[in-house]
This record gives sequence, C-alpha cells and structure tokens, in this order.
Amino acid sequence: MDIDSNQDRMAAFLRDNQEKILARWGELALSSGGGRSSFSEIRSELSDLYPLIVRAMSGADESAAGELKAALAELSRSRARTGATPGETALSVFTLKDAVYELVADQADLTAEYLTFSRMIDDLGLHTFETYAAAREQIIADQAESMLELSTPVVRLWDGIIAVPLVGTLDSARTQLVMEKMLEALVANGADHAVIDITGVPTVDTEVAQHLLKTVMAARLLGAECTICGIRPQIAHTIVSLGIEFGDIATKATLADALAHALNRAGLRVGPA
Amino acid sequence: MERVPIMKIGQILFVSIQIDLQDDTVLQLQEDLAEKLAASKARGVIIDITAVEIVDSFIGRMLTMIGSISKLFDADTVLVGMRPAVAITLTELGLTLSGVRTALNTEKGLRLLGGSV
Repeated sequence: MDIDSNQDRMAAFLRDNQEKILARWGELALSSGGGRSSFSEIRSELSDLYPLIVRAMSGADESAAGELKAALAELSRSRARTGATPGETALSVFTLKDAVYELVADQADLTAEYLTFSRMIDDLGLHTFETYAAAREQIIADQAESMLELSTPVVRLWDGIIAVPLVGTLDSARTQLVMEKMLEALVANGADHAVIDITGVPTVDTEVAQHLLKTVMAARLLGAECTICGIRPQIAHTIVSLGIEFGDIATKATLADALAHALNRAGLRVGPA
Repeated sequence: MERVPIMKIGQILFVSIQIDLQDDTVLQLQEDLAEKLAASKARGVIIDITAVEIVDSFIGRMLTMIGSISKLFDADTVLVGMRPAVAITLTELGLTLSGVRTALNTEKGLRLLGGSV
C-alpha cells in the first residue's frame, strides 16, 4: 500500500462528496468560530479553500500546496483583522476532519486514507497558527522601530547649536541611533555644539553613562563639543555613588543653562533688549 | 603606491586625503609630513579626511602619531571633515585621537589654528 494511491483515493472521495462535506464543514466551523462571521461568509471562504485542499491532497498538482498555503495565510490574516483568535481560525480548519470523519466512519476501508488526510489537515491548521504569529511579530517589530524613530529627534537651538532631547531608557541600539542622528545633524547644520538633554532618561547606570560618553567622544572627533544637561538630583546622586566620571565634559542642570553655556562658547551673549 | 600630496599654505601644511587609505600610504604620509615640517617651519597641520569612508585601528593610531610628531615640531594638528560613520567606528574601536584637534570643516580648522598660533 503506497501513500500516493492513498492520497488519490482520498482526493477522489473528497471530490465525490464535496457538497455534503462542505455543508457539514460550514456548520461545524460556524459553531466553533465564536459567532464572529456569518454563515454565508464562512461558507464562501471554505468553498474557496476546499478545491485547493482536494488538489493538494491528490498530490498530482505541484503548485496546489503553495496556493493552499497562501490562501490559508490570507484567511488567517483576514480572520485576525476581525479579531478572531488564532485558536478559532485553526479550529475552523480542524473541523473539516470532523465533517469528513462522519462520512468515512461508515466505510471501514478508508481508514488509512483518512489518516493521511488527517495529518495534512493538522499541518494546515498549524500553518494558520504560524501565519498569525508571524503577522503579530511583524506588527511588534514595526512598532518598536517607529518608536525608536519617534524617540530621537534632533532640534536646532541656534546657529551652530543643536539639541538632542533623550526620552526613555538608553540601550546600545538606541545609543547607536542617537549617535548617528546627532553626528549627521552636526555635519548637516555645520554645528559645533550639541546639547544632550537627559531629563527624560529615567535612570543612569554605568552602561548608560558609557553610552553617553561614547556619543560625546564621537562628536569630539568631528570637532564638536557636547554639553550634557537635565541631570535630576536623584540621578546626580546615583552617578556619584556609582563613581561615574564625566571627565572634562560640561554638565549643566537645565537646558537653559546648557544653551547659555553653548552661546557663551560661541562668543554670543544674550541680554535685555 | 599612491602618495598623498602635502601643500604649504602660509604657515600651515594642508593635507587632503582623496584616496582609500592603505597602511603603507599612511606610513609614507607620516614620513613625508615629518620631512616637510622639519624643512618648512610650519606651525600647523590640517588633515582633511572628508573623502575617507573607511578607517581601521591602525590608521586611527597613525593619525594620533602624526599629531604627536607634529607636536615635536611645535605644530598643531587639526583633523577636519570626519564623516559621522568614521567617528562612530573610531569611538567603537576606543580611539579618541588624543593630541589631535578636530574641526567640522577646513574653514573652522583654519580658524582654530589661527586662534592658537
């Protein structure tokens, strides 16, 4: 008994009983779907899938398996948009097994064929699950990236003075991005002074300090000076307790102080008009 | 082997690196510069690296060394026009180029030397 003829016989069986199976599958899928989609919607989705399953089952058609996977991925995505859980989507695929089993149960000679079929449906169910997970992962990755972009603006304070307000925890990935953006802004604006405002950085530990120092060093290599400002009292305390040395890097309490310092370095003075 | 030309402008030696830096090119530049400094009584060296896209630790160290050599001839070295990517690489390599001054562009570099000489 070889697998191929098993598959062929099962495909023929599925083709012969298409109407019966589809109707029953629709009913079962509807009861497992949590009532999110209407019977006619489910029915049309499943009638699109069914011929593909039959083709993939017969194994004669090379492209059928790929098409079926693509159709399932699309089903999984459209279900996810309507708020269905991945479990519900997978379950609606699995109910095809029940629908077919009810017919096969009367015919003892189709047991081996049914097992092959069942294995295939399991794969398909898992595939919808994987698609769902992959789509989710993609959304999370996109969001993380846009958050990274959002959280690192570089603003021009004055001719030759730029500011980088940092909000959120500084890890190496963000430091890299901040560093790149700041250095590019320094070059683009011809600025030789940068103010790094860390008011929005919740904690400063040795690692964050290391990242800050690196950024300042890189700016110095370009020929620009950096001032760090926005150090809150608790953070000043932490920095001293950890024994972090900022060396000859100018640090100021507020952005205003840092701007005054930068203007002073540039030989400018702000006074009453 | 390609050679980097050294131009004398007033009291300043101007070096513009327009080629991909190889180890031997940098060594040659170091020698040429030392000779020029000894002969010309220049008081400042400007090295323009705007066109340099790739550096490694050896070249980073050589740049520091050029700074130290110039210092022996009582000349200040200013590195101008470093690209952000190059600055990041050097920082990641842990090279801070101590003894070499830096400026955003040649104009600012000249001003730096004019003010200090």
